Amino acid sequence: MHELSVTESILEISLRHANKANAKRVTNLYLVIGQLASIVDDSVQFYWDIVSKGTIADGATLHFRRLPAKLACLDCKHQYSLGDNGFSCPECKSDHVKVIAGDEFFMEAIDVEN
Amino acid sequence: MTRNILVVEKILSANDRLAAENRAIFDVAGIKAFNLMASPGAGKTSLIEQTIKRLLPVMKLAVIDGDIATNIDADRAAAAGAIAVQINTGGECHLDAIMINSALKQMNLHGIEVVIVENVGNLVCPASFQLGTHKSVLIASIPEGDDKPYKYPGMYRGVDALVINKIDLLPYVPFNMEYFRKGVEILNLGLATFPLSCKTGEGLDSWIQWINSIAKA
Repeated sequence: MHELSVTESILEISLRHANKANAKRVTNLYLVIGQLASIVDDSVQFYWDIVSKGTIADGATLHFRRLPAKLACLDCKHQYSLGDNGFSCPECKSDHVKVIAGDEFFMEAIDVEN
Repeated sequence: MTRNILVVEKILSANDRLAAENRAIFDVAGIKAFNLMASPGAGKTSLIEQTIKRLLPVMKLAVIDGDIATNIDADRAAAAGAIAVQINTGGECHLDAIMINSALKQMNLHGIEVVIVENVGNLVCPASFQLGTHKSVLIASIPEGDDKPYKYPGMYRGVDALVINKIDLLPYVPFNMEYFRKGVEILNLGLATFPLSCKTGEGLDSWIQWINSIAKA
């Protein structure tokens, strides 16, 4: 569990961008988390309420957009999301596949008030 | 008035910047650095001991040891003959670039060719934090079971080499090597893999050759 240090980074990035825009308050944060990024939304939310206290982002709402892991079959070229039936290609059942997305973890945007 | 500001910044960008600084410190000193990650008990420290023993006659090595509370691992590395620095993370589940940076600042890097970083035993968090090392290595071990690539895809995905330790236990525990390797293949096609036993010494030669080839590159 490293959500505390992650949440501190989220605060630092949002405050830096808000200050650059001369904002008085940060009201919303939009975060994108890939399925393979091993970040727990609830823990980030828990720490957020603590670390943002007393800053201009105090009380801001965190929005999490989850991106599914994407795989590509190297045999039939089919692209698909990680499902319940493991990693194998749902089309041709091949195990010769490659993970092409899912470890993203970034801040997309913030809403601020002047 | 509410405004939307486009950010698009990686959350761990501060860590990544410091990792780049660490990389520069290694490069200037002519050092190749390896980040060893594994679950607790997979044999990180044993592999480090064996590696020191075999490489010490030909090169100067240092070990940076990450641990939540003790000096046990650094003491073992020092006993084996390497320069060893202990980082106690105070409960943190992983090493990050800041910790490596402060460790490097207290080390005399002169003449060192290889730095081995022993990360905190954990198959989740260390994968997310770049340290600035040249190669990331995962040590799996037979008693952990053959399903680990499927359960910890993030870790298996991000490494440059895989050691499969404790192969001497294969006759005694259920472990389907084909199933294990299939999972690895999907996550990390063509990954350099070293099945070995730190206890019997089997397979250690290819691992040492790999370290050596990177150190001399």
